[in-house]
Amino acid sequence: MAVAPASRPANTNRLGLTRELYKGAPTTLCAGCGHNSITNHLVKALYEYGAAPHLLAKLSGIGCSSKTPAYFVDRAHGFNGVHGRMPSIATGAGLGNRELLVLGISGDGDTASIGLGQYCHLLRRNLDCTYIIEDNGCYGLTKGQFSATADIGAVLKKGQVNEFETIDVCGLAIELGATFVARSFSGDGKQLVPLLEAAFAHKGTAVLDIISPCTTFNDHVGSTKSYAYVKEHDFLLHTPDFVPAADDVVVDYEPGTVQDIELEDGSHILLRKLEMEYDATDRIGALTVIHEARANGELVTGLLFINTKASDLATREKLPPTPLAHLGEDDLRPSVDQWSALMAEFA
Amino acid sequence: MAQSQIVNDLTIQAATVNGSGSQSSNLVLTKAIFRMGIPVAPKNVFPSNIEGLPTWFDVRVSPDGYQCRSRDTDILVALNINTWATDVPVVRPGGLIVHEATYARSGETDRSDVTYYPVPFAKLAKERITAEGLRKYLTNMIYVGVLVELLGIEIEAVEGALRDQFRSKLKAVETNMEAVRLGVDYARENFEPQDRYRLQRISGRTEGKILIEGNQAAALGGLMAGCTVAAWYPITPSSSLCEYFIQYAERTRVDPATGERRFSVIQAEDELAAIGMVFGATWTGARAMTATAGPGISLMAEYAGLGYYAELPGVIWDIQRVGPSTGLPTRTMQGDVGFVYTLSHGDTRHIVLLPGTVQEAYELGMAAFDLADRFQTPVFVLSDLDLGMNLWISEPFPYPEKGFDRGKVLTKEDLKTVKSWGRYRDVDGDGITYRTLPGTADANAGYFTRGSGHDEDARYSERPDVYQRNLDRIARKHETARGAVPKPVIDEAGHAVAILAYGSTHHAVVEALDILRDEASLELDYIRVRALPFSPEVAAFIERHERVYCVEQNRDGQLGALLRAELSGRLADRLRPILHYNGVPIDARSITDPLVEAERPAAAVAV
Repeated sequence: MAVAPASRPANTNRLGLTRELYKGAPTTLCAGCGHNSITNHLVKALYEYGAAPHLLAKLSGIGCSSKTPAYFVDRAHGFNGVHGRMPSIATGAGLGNRELLVLGISGDGDTASIGLGQYCHLLRRNLDCTYIIEDNGCYGLTKGQFSATADIGAVLKKGQVNEFETIDVCGLAIELGATFVARSFSGDGKQLVPLLEAAFAHKGTAVLDIISPCTTFNDHVGSTKSYAYVKEHDFLLHTPDFVPAADDVVVDYEPGTVQDIELEDGSHILLRKLEMEYDATDRIGALTVIHEARANGELVTGLLFINTKASDLATREKLPPTPLAHLGEDDLRPSVDQWSALMAEFA
Repeated sequence: MAQSQIVNDLTIQAATVNGSGSQSSNLVLTKAIFRMGIPVAPKNVFPSNIEGLPTWFDVRVSPDGYQCRSRDTDILVALNINTWATDVPVVRPGGLIVHEATYARSGETDRSDVTYYPVPFAKLAKERITAEGLRKYLTNMIYVGVLVELLGIEIEAVEGALRDQFRSKLKAVETNMEAVRLGVDYARENFEPQDRYRLQRISGRTEGKILIEGNQAAALGGLMAGCTVAAWYPITPSSSLCEYFIQYAERTRVDPATGERRFSVIQAEDELAAIGMVFGATWTGARAMTATAGPGISLMAEYAGLGYYAELPGVIWDIQRVGPSTGLPTRTMQGDVGFVYTLSHGDTRHIVLLPGTVQEAYELGMAAFDLADRFQTPVFVLSDLDLGMNLWISEPFPYPEKGFDRGKVLTKEDLKTVKSWGRYRDVDGDGITYRTLPGTADANAGYFTRGSGHDEDARYSERPDVYQRNLDRIARKHETARGAVPKPVIDEAGHAVAILAYGSTHHAVVEALDILRDEASLELDYIRVRALPFSPEVAAFIERHERVYCVEQNRDGQLGALLRAELSGRLADRLRPILHYNGVPIDARSITDPLVEAERPAAAVAV
């Protein structure tokens, strides 16, 4: 596979911006936290993708994960919503201004417990946004309780064993008709960065469940979300590569070795085959892989499922290209004649 | 004693079974009387049920145009055997009772001071109405016909009302008219004409006016205010507000060439999601609203607090109903005033608008968006089931004279000229700060929106002085709002005693003031509060009066309590609650009876 890079000034992206501009405030999370790695990968992905900072809307709920929006793209607008309810803010923002690149960052508690309802309905609506779950299987800010993505039999630092069924946020998303579902690992930037770029390019809700070990409360023997456990049980579906939509990019690969999926904006996500035959557009196949991996105690990562044919919410709502937020009296008020006609109906 | 004739001053009550289709008959009856130039005030008292439980529809007719409920029933249409025994005894002496002929009269249902008009509704329908699927509904049109004949309602007015009801479906109009004529003919052939009650065409009262529900008016307010995003969760009695908004927006905001829609209405998964969507949209600069009732307000509490502290516009309609969630969802109350004003944890005081008429539901419904943008805060508009779901007479609503007031928004052009800006810097000293919208193409436009833990430049801060300064600034903003919210409506002639009311209670006060003057020689001043925080005029009004009766439709005198908390002890002692809280809309006697009782000793002292 060969990708010819576009010619542009050194150390800038397609907008002519430097990577420095995609950075944010210093992290206030613990040293070694997986979330910090995710932040770095996000900075890289947003830079490489060429996201316009003023069009980026960084949204989050509550929890360690939800502090992340402060740590990248300082000059973008951010919104720290209430616990588990970021999807509704995302929905309103996406409807209000459909030009925005809506990027929501949540955690496993924020998504799979308190926010499960809004998560499910966001997926049903297929709002054009990227939804990242920084998944460590526990609550950090409240000192290490289990979350709903903890695996059965997982052990807390203080010895408690999780006896309750885990909520698989990826399986659930596919079940609910999500149009882009990926699972990755905070320590695998090679996999994560192209997945993030593809998520930005996808027109619809793109979910990325990123296993992100909590070094303080959930990185010990017996944890199924520790660095050691993930490294040992990670099953890579394929090697993803993101190819932006541009005329001067040439994609070349051996037939049969890559699944090439064209995204809505003309960019491509290339999934290079590893030991397994896998079709990321096969919904049933994706569910089967998730279930089999769980049965085998494996963590399957990669682009689990993608559907580029579904309409996103703004399209279904038949919104005009001009953002609703930019419309004024002339666009929104009926004329005096229309108004008189309306009033006459009540006479 | 010979009874004098009563013209255009009566209440018809149709007692039917829910789901039997009586709603169209009642609306046709209402509109026909309205079209005869006679003021009407319909009240639908319905159960939380789809089919089978009892329901009542009152059509009050009054020459003075009183719009509140009347306690009295003059003419009963009894079509529910299950409430027959309790419906008959409340009819006024001299009244008329039109009833299904098969209902037996005995004991309390066999009165000598009323006139019975037994009509074999079921039999007539079975024999004469051929459209089997429609028979249930058309049976109700038969009673419209009986009333046409008994009261002298113009058949042309009924036909006109049917045309409105069924739009252009001529077949439906004709089918219904046949049922009406069936009732007319039956009454003419079987009953002696009565002349106790008459409905007669008059002029000068309803011409040029409209008949409209509060929820329709509210939806029109949102339409004219440029609301583009509405998010809601269905809940009685607010559901129709968003449904009307969809209807009006589909008629006026769809591009005929492209089919593009300049609005979006999302049915959310719950009310907390609905208000979240509102704030997401307003954060980007779109105007957005939601509509709900008390249980939904409860769920919205968390985001309402964030909206207050993060300073996000948003319009939230609360069509109040009896609480709690499993209370009486289809009955009315002014039960959320206290709850909504401070909705959220932490120190919170919201702007609350209190429309009293359908025209105000439109005008304040529109003003709410300007206030929300101007003060960058959630604005609650409190209506109730009575105002929201019943039809009211009004002047047609005027086309707005002013454009949108979008408040302090810095555009990319503005940002070029300012040296620096901070999202929460109080540059103008009014507590209201400047904001930018996501998507503004300027390197300095971005900021981070979060709750109260931020400094003037929206940077995270937990410093005690920064937090306190922020709280004080938001309190200053609230004081600015005090002078900007709709002022109270004052009707004052220097009397010592006054009534204070708000919302739909207004209509009962209007009648009560007349009754007090005519029957008890009591002349009172009247102040109608239209917003929280209280305008300075409210305390000044109380200062000018010895006693002020606060009339509310709740048990605890919620608005009175908020007012008392702001007044000096001397002024607070002048407030006397008059409270009505049985779930049905307040009537004038519920005000005059306790007020006359309370004023009696005072009057004696004065003598």
